[in-house]
Amino acid sequence: MSDINFKEVLLKPIFKGNPVTVLVLGICSSLAVTVQLKGALVMALSVTIVTGLSSFVVSIIRNSIPNRIRIIVQLVVVALMVILVDQILKAYSYSISKSLSVYVGLIITNCIVMGRIEAYALGNKPIPSLLDGLANGAGYGLILVVLAFFREILGSGTLFGYRIIPQAFYDAGYMDNGLVILPPMALILLGLIVWIQRSIQKDLQEK
Amino acid sequence: MNTNGNTYTVIYSVVLVVLVAAILAFVAMSLQDKQNENIKIETITKVLSAASQADENVTIDETTDVLKMYTENITDAFEVDGTGAVKRHMDMGKDDPKKIQVPSTADLKKQNDILKKIAGAKSDADKESLLKSLSLPVFVFDINGKEISVIPCYGAGLWGPIWGYIALANDGKTIEGAIFDHKGETPGLGAKIAEAPFYTSFRGKALGDGETAFAVEKGKHAGVPDCVDAISGATITSQALGRGINLWATYYRPYLKTMAAEAEAVTLENQTDSTAAVIPAASIEPVK
Repeated sequence: MSDINFKEVLLKPIFKGNPVTVLVLGICSSLAVTVQLKGALVMALSVTIVTGLSSFVVSIIRNSIPNRIRIIVQLVVVALMVILVDQILKAYSYSISKSLSVYVGLIITNCIVMGRIEAYALGNKPIPSLLDGLANGAGYGLILVVLAFFREILGSGTLFGYRIIPQAFYDAGYMDNGLVILPPMALILLGLIVWIQRSIQKDLQEK
Repeated sequence: MNTNGNTYTVIYSVVLVVLVAAILAFVAMSLQDKQNENIKIETITKVLSAASQADENVTIDETTDVLKMYTENITDAFEVDGTGAVKRHMDMGKDDPKKIQVPSTADLKKQNDILKKIAGAKSDADKESLLKSLSLPVFVFDINGKEISVIPCYGAGLWGPIWGYIALANDGKTIEGAIFDHKGETPGLGAKIAEAPFYTSFRGKALGDGETAFAVEKGKHAGVPDCVDAISGATITSQALGRGINLWATYYRPYLKTMAAEAEAVTLENQTDSTAAVIPAASIEPVK
């Protein structure tokens, strides 16, 4: 196990093995929290930290975990990390924690976190597990940020709350697209991203 | 070591859970002050935004320095009891915005419990002492020359507490603005009490003099000053809010009437000659 390719561990989840577009995990939250870029960024950061640290901790104790309660132990570790992130957000970034509402708590049900622990952290050393968790969180976050970028600029005409589309456009009859704000359009946008990725990476296409 | 034995599994899970609980308890304790401060700022924002609805030109958004705006516009903050007498003045934060006193939802709940007890009080003496034990907060603002009093309300929604702040003009009746919040009402249904089309429908309404001071009911609001339309699909939340506002407004009545009488006296005084006999505000008996 000593010849782990760190480059592959770090880069594969970002594009070639992206947890959202390739493994199609964590769809629910990526539709729910991508209305505003700021919220999406905080969510991305939170998930990255949670996946990274949970993988790391589980990997440290992986040899001592009784096999029969393996999933429960993983859940406890993930829950610990999620509550820590939630508490810290409540203390230092209250308005964002309010706008993310239940979705921070729901990181625990995000399949990416448990998926990476089961698939990677249980069989690998702590440092590669940490990197794997961080990279998968970042891959998820990347899709979130791309989605939020299009949704905020098309739906509200702003980015990070600052007006991007000038007032002159609105005066000339341009209108924000209300549909982009709603989750169905987020799913369509996500579908477009999957389409673009598969047309670049031909080996992902199913025959 | 055998990690699959029963004893090992039980001990392992107990140790793990105790350890995790200890970490969480420690973190929760150390972050509590900071979190409470955030909640306080949110309450201040709510009180201020209820008052600011009195003037359409005043808007509050994320970039507003809420504490500064609050201390600049507030003229008085105090607690009244159920007979309308002022009990205690609250810190308005004029010297130090950190010292602003606003009621927490726990404080509102405490008052709400007393209000409910008064309704079920057996003797008049009981009722009297309970009325005296109330301390209902009032915030008085000066919004571009308009005197606005903000009073809270509280009630039990479908899933948890709901509460809000209502801004009244100096006649003690006309509603100039309102804002509501909730702990966990259903998103898209009951949670709509905190959103714009609902709370803006309070503006221009008025608290009634009759048996019910206010109601939130479906289809009865047109042309009725003391009723707003309920939210479709959120009957329980809407009715609970109506009951909450009604209960609280009823016990604010003595104070609101005193305030209205004072305001009227001041207007009369300004209309007649300023040398006319001034009615000292304190001499006006609270109207029961």
